Amino acid sequence: MKRARQNRPRSTPHWSATLRRMLSPRTWLTRHAQVALDSLGRLTRHPLATLMTAAVIGIALAMPASLYLLLGNMDRLSGAWDGQASLSVFLKDTVSVTAADTLAGRVRDWPEVVNVTLVTPEQALEEFRQGSGFADVLDTLDENPLPAVLLVLPAPDHANAQSAAGLQARLQALPETERAQLDLQWVQRLTAILALARRGVLLISALLALAVLLVVGNTIRLEIQNRREEIVVTKLIGATDGFIRRPFLYNGVWYGVIGALLAWLLVETGFWLLESPTRQLAALYQSNFQLQTLPLLLLLVLLTGGVLLGLLGSWLAVGRHLGAVEPG
Amino acid sequence: MIRFNNVSKRYPGGFEALSNVSLELEAGAMAFLTGHSGAGKSTLLKLIALIERTTRGQIHVNGQNVTHIRRRRIPFVRRRIGFIFQDHNLLFNRTVFDNVALPLVIAGYRHQEIGRRVRAALDKLGLLDKERMYPITLSGGEQQRVGIARAVVNKPMLLLADEPTGNLDPGLSLEIMKLFGLFNQVGVTVLIASHDVGLLDRLDYPVIALDHGHLLAVEQAHA
Repeated sequence: MKRARQNRPRSTPHWSATLRRMLSPRTWLTRHAQVALDSLGRLTRHPLATLMTAAVIGIALAMPASLYLLLGNMDRLSGAWDGQASLSVFLKDTVSVTAADTLAGRVRDWPEVVNVTLVTPEQALEEFRQGSGFADVLDTLDENPLPAVLLVLPAPDHANAQSAAGLQARLQALPETERAQLDLQWVQRLTAILALARRGVLLISALLALAVLLVVGNTIRLEIQNRREEIVVTKLIGATDGFIRRPFLYNGVWYGVIGALLAWLLVETGFWLLESPTRQLAALYQSNFQLQTLPLLLLLVLLTGGVLLGLLGSWLAVGRHLGAVEPG
Repeated sequence: MIRFNNVSKRYPGGFEALSNVSLELEAGAMAFLTGHSGAGKSTLLKLIALIERTTRGQIHVNGQNVTHIRRRRIPFVRRRIGFIFQDHNLLFNRTVFDNVALPLVIAGYRHQEIGRRVRAALDKLGLLDKERMYPITLSGGEQQRVGIARAVVNKPMLLLADEPTGNLDPGLSLEIMKLFGLFNQVGVTVLIASHDVGLLDRLDYPVIALDHGHLLAVEQAHA
């Protein structure tokens, strides 16, 4: 072992002071705020490039958001009709009109029922004669083939699918009943279509979220390549991985925020454009239905989604590409 | 401060840059590392700064065995070392002030403290009037002084310099070497790799000579 000349030793800075400085919450917050602002400043220095990336993210976020809003509005529409669900109880042909009328009175007293209308076989036949265009055919019949029907309107708080099904079972159990039918079919069909559409939107959302991840990831990858030299130098003078990662992660977050704001603008503008045609259409159906977008909630959801996707995208890029940048 | 025990470094591909090197540099010492190009000077410095890892043997820096130190601990070892590069490694999109401030920013110093320390370092190196300038507008000697200011601003206990005068004329080279001497006088351990034998002869410090990765000799200072 060989030695070189010795000189005065030098006291080292006390480690606990260093540690306290590094761990103090104020330092930590200040540092994050500074990096976040630096990162935003860097983005605003290339406004066009930043805006283009953010626009891609914005469009990708706006698509599923507007589809979800449309679905939500359809839901409200079908929900409004759900309340008008009624039940048709076809009585056995052995039941006389008087007995049917008594039965109607009894059912009317049930707590889950609001109103019961009796349609006698004669009324039904008349209705059918007028409505169907088969009048001539009906005239050839010897007797009325139609049964008496009770139209049962459930109470509003029993109008949902489940309670209505319970009411249907109770009506079916009556000895006079041939068949109790829930006239919910088309509402159920609409609900099924909406469920299908919701699944479709979910798939599209997943794909577009993946697209956002890739866009952010690729942008950050290029940024890492551009700043390769800087990364190497900062690593050489003792920067931790966290220190180097931080500005890139904030970049991803900012892309997400700007993208979310753009998406919000797109969606709100789109729905604003749809508003008056919708009102006209609704008026034709004697409805005062209006499109709803819940702007604040939408903004919150978009911002959350944008930030999470931006952060995740940059995290993936940083994890994948930053390790490869080593001094040597 | 630095201790090598039978250290070897073999690069991927089989080239052995250092073979079985043992040496010790005590705290507060200053020494030159010399040898022809490819002798292993840079590799030796890189092993100390953990830019490269040893293949065999043990390395202690400041009493700490850093041979198998975990990757995530490396930055904290580097913060106690000031490294000066032949090509300065300055960031050309930042001002002189920001370049010198970088180690302090990394270490998480407060804003006022950074300003104070950076100006003190710039003052020591005669660069105080250049703090707002960008490195590209400075001469080679000034750029190297910025590199040195950045290396010493964090008050490291160890300074490593890899061919710090490689691109400078003899007059400037001597001036830079004398600067290192000044830092050594206040207690900083200094190890400088240089192949400029003529320059080293004019300075009175121990010389560690490498040849093809082997430790050739350690010449003590004449005094």
